[in-house]
Amino acid sequence: MASRNDVAKSPITGTATAGAAAREDARIEISGLTKRFLTPAGEVFTALQDVSFTVEPGQFCAVVGPTGCGKSTTLGMVSGLDRPSEGSVKVGGREVDGITDGVSFMFQADALLPWKTVLGNVLMGPVFRGVPKQQAQASARDWLRRVGLAGFEDRYPHQLSGGMRKRVAMAAALINEPKILIMDEPFGALDVQTKAIMSTELLTLWEQIRPTVVFITHDLDEAVALADRVVVMTSSPGSVKAVFDIDLPRPRGSVQEIRFQPRFIELQHQIWDTLREEVERAYARTAGGKA
Amino acid sequence: MSTTSTVSPAPAGNGAQASVETDARRKVRKRVTAMWTGRIVLGILVVGGWQAFTALGIVDKFFFGQPTGIVTRLIDLFQHGTEQGSYYADIWTTLQEALIGFAIGTVTGVVVGVALGQSRFLSDVLGPYIKIVNAIPRIVLGSIFMIAFGIGTLPKVLLAAVLVFFIVFFNAFQGVREVDRNILANAKVLGASELQIVRHVTVPSALTWIIASLHSAFGFAIVGALVGEVLGAQHGLGLVIKTSMDNFDPNGVFATMFVVAVIVMGAEWLIGKLEHRLLAWRPPSPSEVNSL
Repeated sequence: MASRNDVAKSPITGTATAGAAAREDARIEISGLTKRFLTPAGEVFTALQDVSFTVEPGQFCAVVGPTGCGKSTTLGMVSGLDRPSEGSVKVGGREVDGITDGVSFMFQADALLPWKTVLGNVLMGPVFRGVPKQQAQASARDWLRRVGLAGFEDRYPHQLSGGMRKRVAMAAALINEPKILIMDEPFGALDVQTKAIMSTELLTLWEQIRPTVVFITHDLDEAVALADRVVVMTSSPGSVKAVFDIDLPRPRGSVQEIRFQPRFIELQHQIWDTLREEVERAYARTAGGKA
Repeated sequence: MSTTSTVSPAPAGNGAQASVETDARRKVRKRVTAMWTGRIVLGILVVGGWQAFTALGIVDKFFFGQPTGIVTRLIDLFQHGTEQGSYYADIWTTLQEALIGFAIGTVTGVVVGVALGQSRFLSDVLGPYIKIVNAIPRIVLGSIFMIAFGIGTLPKVLLAAVLVFFIVFFNAFQGVREVDRNILANAKVLGASELQIVRHVTVPSALTWIIASLHSAFGFAIVGALVGEVLGAQHGLGLVIKTSMDNFDPNGVFATMFVVAVIVMGAEWLIGKLEHRLLAWRPPSPSEVNSL
């Protein structure tokens, strides 16, 4: 099931094996996860129903599914921001209670502090962890250089373009060298070209530090191009419909070019066949239901 | 690859560019001139009209004062002082009361506002009481403070502080409530403690609201100090106003009103400077950019 041939092919094998022992604590096991909400009208709404899947350490896992299927809710519980109604999330064998250690989050909307400079934003992670200032600054500058923003340290977020803000968010998320990176449609608000460039850059950075990634997206192409494993979820109440392992070789290089490989197209078709039914059902419920 | 043809530069080149710029500058200058003309004409109309109406006897200057009378009275006040001594001392007393009250009210307002905004439970418990207290005409509290603390500075400071507190408090509270959910979640995941969240996220975010409230808050601090002095005092501009009123001297009242207005505008200017400094991160608002 778990195709881990990719680790051996990683160009930075040295750093990858060095953390091999520590990697085991980056496995995410979601079992029987159910989440219910009480609506303002007093009804019980089941957002997630018995969701189970596993993300192996260092694996890039994409979660696709129709709008409102509880993808974000699932991730909220992996990071510890939210509690499950039933079932459990285990990270590295330990059940999540409270904010999970070593997790970084990237959101679709900007989560940058508008009153802090680019450098100040990237510094947040180390500062919250009590890293000495000098060391934190050096590492923040280094990360800004790695995402291609050297020279922009003193700008404020509003002075940057959407793509640049995403880079800052990426540096801010990766500076703590998280063992788990959770991404909730991180590039959803970007234009197609910028999105492709950012995806490629994300892959490059991910291959350097190899955190376990859970990546939510609506975009099936994006999911197949980036991930080792794609989890397809059903429409509300969300549950796992199917899990696909993507055996495209790594490093994958440019996200834009991989789309033309026959294997990519084949996988994309397979997953779309599964997903389409759910998307149509969700659409009928929201748009069709009201019409 | 080789099919791209270079776009030829605009035919007129630099000449056209320069003429666009001078044209734009002329338009801006024209607008500014028109604006100032409008302002000056309006001022002359109001003050001149007042002077004319009282001079012609259409309005009785005994009751409504007269601009020239106000100026004379103002010079007289500054040169010869008032019954209770130097006019500067009166100004200083009022200013002191207002400033101390403003400081106390702001600090407590921010602290309580942030604390309540942060804790759902506290705000649920205290919510209705705050609404009740807010509905009370707080200016009347001045009489209570008078009874309790006599006619010294303290009751005026307290009255100013109470008025300021509520304005700053409501804004700080709202500001904390408006903190972006994503930013909050992100800070939590990055490992921020409660205190770090307050310091790095909540307070800076609420600062926009708090500073906006300071503009009107200083006006209220002065009102608190003045009303306190009118109720009973040995020094202060409120007392000058009250004596002028008792002596049927509208010019004295207007003269002091003018002095108060200058003080408030000065404070406003300082708060504006502070705002500019603390909120330097904000994008310029569209109105600051002149569209041509």
